[in-house]
Amino acid sequence: METRDISTQPVILKETNTDFEVRSLDTICLNESHIQHPWWHSLKYLLAGLLFGIVLVKSQVISWFRIQEMFRLQSFHMYGVIGSAVVTGIISIWLIKKFKVKTIYGEPIELHPKEFNKGQIYGGLLFGAGWALTGACPGPLYALIGTGATVIIVTLLSAIAGTWVYGRLREKLPH
Amino acid sequence: MHFLEWIKQPWPWYVAGPLIGLTVPLLLIIGNKSFGISSSLRHVCAACFPGNIPFFKYNWKKETWNLFFAGGVLLGGAIATIWLSNGQPVIVNPKLVNELQRYGVHNYSDLVPVDLFNWPSLLTIRGLILMVAGGFLVGFGTRYAGGCTSGHAIMGLSNLQWPSLIATCCFMIGGFITANLILPVVMHL
Repeated sequence: METRDISTQPVILKETNTDFEVRSLDTICLNESHIQHPWWHSLKYLLAGLLFGIVLVKSQVISWFRIQEMFRLQSFHMYGVIGSAVVTGIISIWLIKKFKVKTIYGEPIELHPKEFNKGQIYGGLLFGAGWALTGACPGPLYALIGTGATVIIVTLLSAIAGTWVYGRLREKLPH
Repeated sequence: MHFLEWIKQPWPWYVAGPLIGLTVPLLLIIGNKSFGISSSLRHVCAACFPGNIPFFKYNWKKETWNLFFAGGVLLGGAIATIWLSNGQPVIVNPKLVNELQRYGVHNYSDLVPVDLFNWPSLLTIRGLILMVAGGFLVGFGTRYAGGCTSGHAIMGLSNLQWPSLIATCCFMIGGFITANLILPVVMHL
């Protein structure tokens, strides 16, 4: 990573990239910030997650019933939600790029391209199967536990186990 | 209609979708974070049982924001259920109601069908497949694909990444096949 001119910021971490594995094959959900903060700064992500969780519940996209309707083409709801979310996201990112919007800490916003590998096909199909069975992707798993569906804790633990087994077998899987 | 009554109803797609989409710029602006949730499962592995697996040997502490976000989603689920719900059953397409009736699903009071997802059902083959095998596929598949609905379908597509489009199409193909061909078999178990 190149270093940036963020001299107005008090604490700067020069990144020594030890996370090659994370970055090379999985650029999803990464911390692009180079500034170090005390832990309580992370509470803003708790708040962001909280708002996101409320929308997931109120729109019922975490409902097993809505997922079954989606995969049977019996309702437009899920397509409407995902479609309008993507359109909003595209416009947002376009605006961020156009106006070179910075973070609240004054850092330039970084976006990373995703590299293609066959995992997106095999893994995608497997995840789709899991989505149809459980009616939930990872975000909804957390939200469902919050709604009081305690048995989904088992599903979440199983998802963590699935992630672990993937990590274990990764060298042997086609990518 | 009173505002609180209105907000307690299920929200239509054109309200919920844009709000979900706004999570993308929100996370970028408050801290340069790319939206995605399935990685939290990986961070849990890295933090709790990395074994000697290279895939889990990275500085997960740098990614704790993602765990805070996941915790927030859980709390948000609780808040929406306790304070922002009108307690009405989920309204489902009659065709689906008809189909599910054959499998003994009659209860639409919760977002999850409580006839299928409950603690005693964990001891049945059907329950094991739906809750345990399904969960395993979600964790395995999302990591193999490098993201889930949030990371690929929303964040990736918002950034016009074609690998994310491929992943999203595969999510849908896997879901269509499973829901229409495999699930009916599972439901009869």
